[in-house]
Parts: sequence; structure tokens; C-alpha cells
Amino acid sequence: MSRLPLEKKVLSENDRIAAELRSRFAEHGILCLNLVSSPGAGKTTLLERTLEGFSRGERVALLTGDIQTDNDARRLARSGFPVKQITTGGACHLDARMVERALTDWRLEDFDLLLVENVGNLVCPASYDLGEAAKVVILSVAEGEDKPLKYPAMFFRAELLILSKIDLLPYVPFNMASARENARRVHPGIEMMEVSCTTGTGLEKWREWLEARRRALRREHASQVR
Amino acid sequence: MHELSIANAILDSVRAEGARRPGARFLKVGVRVGELSGVAPDALSFCFEALVTGSDLAPLALDIETRPRRQRCPECDRSFRVVDFDVTCPDCGAAETRCVGGDELEMVYLEMEDHEQAAVGKESSE
Repeated sequence: MSRLPLEKKVLSENDRIAAELRSRFAEHGILCLNLVSSPGAGKTTLLERTLEGFSRGERVALLTGDIQTDNDARRLARSGFPVKQITTGGACHLDARMVERALTDWRLEDFDLLLVENVGNLVCPASYDLGEAAKVVILSVAEGEDKPLKYPAMFFRAELLILSKIDLLPYVPFNMASARENARRVHPGIEMMEVSCTTGTGLEKWREWLEARRRALRREHASQVR
Repeated sequence: MHELSIANAILDSVRAEGARRPGARFLKVGVRVGELSGVAPDALSFCFEALVTGSDLAPLALDIETRPRRQRCPECDRSFRVVDFDVTCPDCGAAETRCVGGDELEMVYLEMEDHEQAAVGKESSE
């Protein structure tokens, strides 16, 4: 019996495609964000509100992943921005190949922001790199404040935590301070903000975060092109 | 339940190794799973077994080595195992420590039957 050392990532094929996507995004100066949450936390609604804030000429595109139906794509398409539905047909997450395929008939030079709405699931999407610049995790106050401790892999990998549906706080037993503390325990450096898409509270802060990231990328891209 | 896709990715890698080594018979594959990898070892074993049974790779076994989260303290350079999400340095009390392990999802080794052994096995079964 002999042992062959391997030392390679289990998802090396996914990581290879994700790395290719990342370099294509960098080449075209595209900020790609991977939005993750459990089902019903408000990813699509947050995206709808985000798009409402953009003027027509913004170079924004969206991919939205679901196991079945193109409901989300139809909702987001009302914004007038290019949207493509990725129906995974059973898979509980998006992987890099699905994103690569979805992008084949788009000209990347037409965009500088690509928002990817992952399948609603706090577990599986954590393992799959899509070539994004950052994962943004959304946790609604209708869920438990211990979610970061129950699903540490996701909160550990996300750069930003959006605590959503804060207009419901008077009606649900959600402890905001302990939710924030739990997120910090899992990921000490995680950025956090509170948002309500119904009242609009906090949306400005989210837009500022997004714009700051876009500006930073534009600067970086300009200096590389020069 | 993405453990099925993960198990599939492991088997794809094993098959790729097999293609490079005609005639090799693999017995066991070793995989490292960190507690922050988002992969549940029990579910992975279950899916792996379901895929291997009756396949060309049967009776390939899966050996999972689980890894705890580890942090390193930038102040005193001590690295430590995280218990109950407490990332504070146990030596100097620094609150800001850096994660240096625990998100692994890696293939570590492949165990295979030696050629002589395989030949002997063949003879005795004939």
C-alpha cells in the first residue's frame, strides 16, 4: 500500500474558474458583489431599492440565482437594468461555472458593477468563490440573533453584514446588540449596517458603502490602465 | 446540502489521478475539513458513500481530518486554537487576532494498492 500526497483544494476547479472571473472583472474595472442570506431575508428587495437609486446611465448588471422560477429576475428587470436568472435546478448554491456561463453573451466592457444574488441559503454558498470582490451577508431581524454563531462559515467570509427589516424590530424579539456581538465574535473585522427597505432607513449608508467601493476600484483600475 | 457536490468534486479529482496512473487501484482518500469550511463532515461521509457504492471507484474509503479554527496574535506572535468563538489572545489579551486556519477544504492524500499486491490479489481470486 502506498500513499500519494495530494495537497490540493477540493474545489480547485471552481477556484480556478473563479480566479479567471476575478481577473476578467479586474481587467474591465468591474466591482462584483456576492449577496448571500437565508431565504426571505430580503436580498431581492434590497437590490430593487438599490437599483431605484441609480440613474439610467449607470453601468450595472445583475445575476440572480434560484433553485426554481425566474420570479426574481422578472422583479429586478423592471428596473430596466440587464438581469439574468440562473436557475440551478436543484443546486443549493451558485458556483463559478454558472456565473461564467451566465456572462457569456454579455459584454463585460459595458459594466462596472455586477451584483450577484446567490441562492437563499446560509450554508452552501459560503464554500463557492464566484470571483467576487466581497460577499455581503444579509440577516433580517425576523431571524434569530444567533445566526452568525449557527452559520459561522458565511459570516466569517462576508465583508459586510446588512441587518435588514429593522422596521420590524418593535414586533420581534430580536436583540440587535447581541446580533452584532455574535457577528463580531465570528468575524472581528466585519462591517455592519442596519437597513429597512420598507421605510428606507439605512439605505443611504448602504449606497455610500457601495459607491465608496466603486470609487476605490475605479481609482485602482485607472492607475493600472495608465 | 452541498456536500453532494463536494463529494463529487473529490471523486472527480480521484478519477483524474486514476487517469494519470493506469491500473492503479485507490483504497482511501484523505480530506481535511476545517470547522469554518461550511462543510459538515457527517453529511460529506454520507454523500461520499452513496456516490462510491456501486461505482467504478468502489470500495474507496474517505478519511476526514477535521481542523479547528486557529488564530495568530500579531502582538506576541502566539498562535492558538479558538474555543467557543473567543478570538482574544490567551497570552497577552489582544482582541485583534488573525485567522490562520480552520477554513480548509483540501485533499491530503490518496492511498493506493501497490502493483505487486494488486497482481497477487488478482492471482488468488482466479
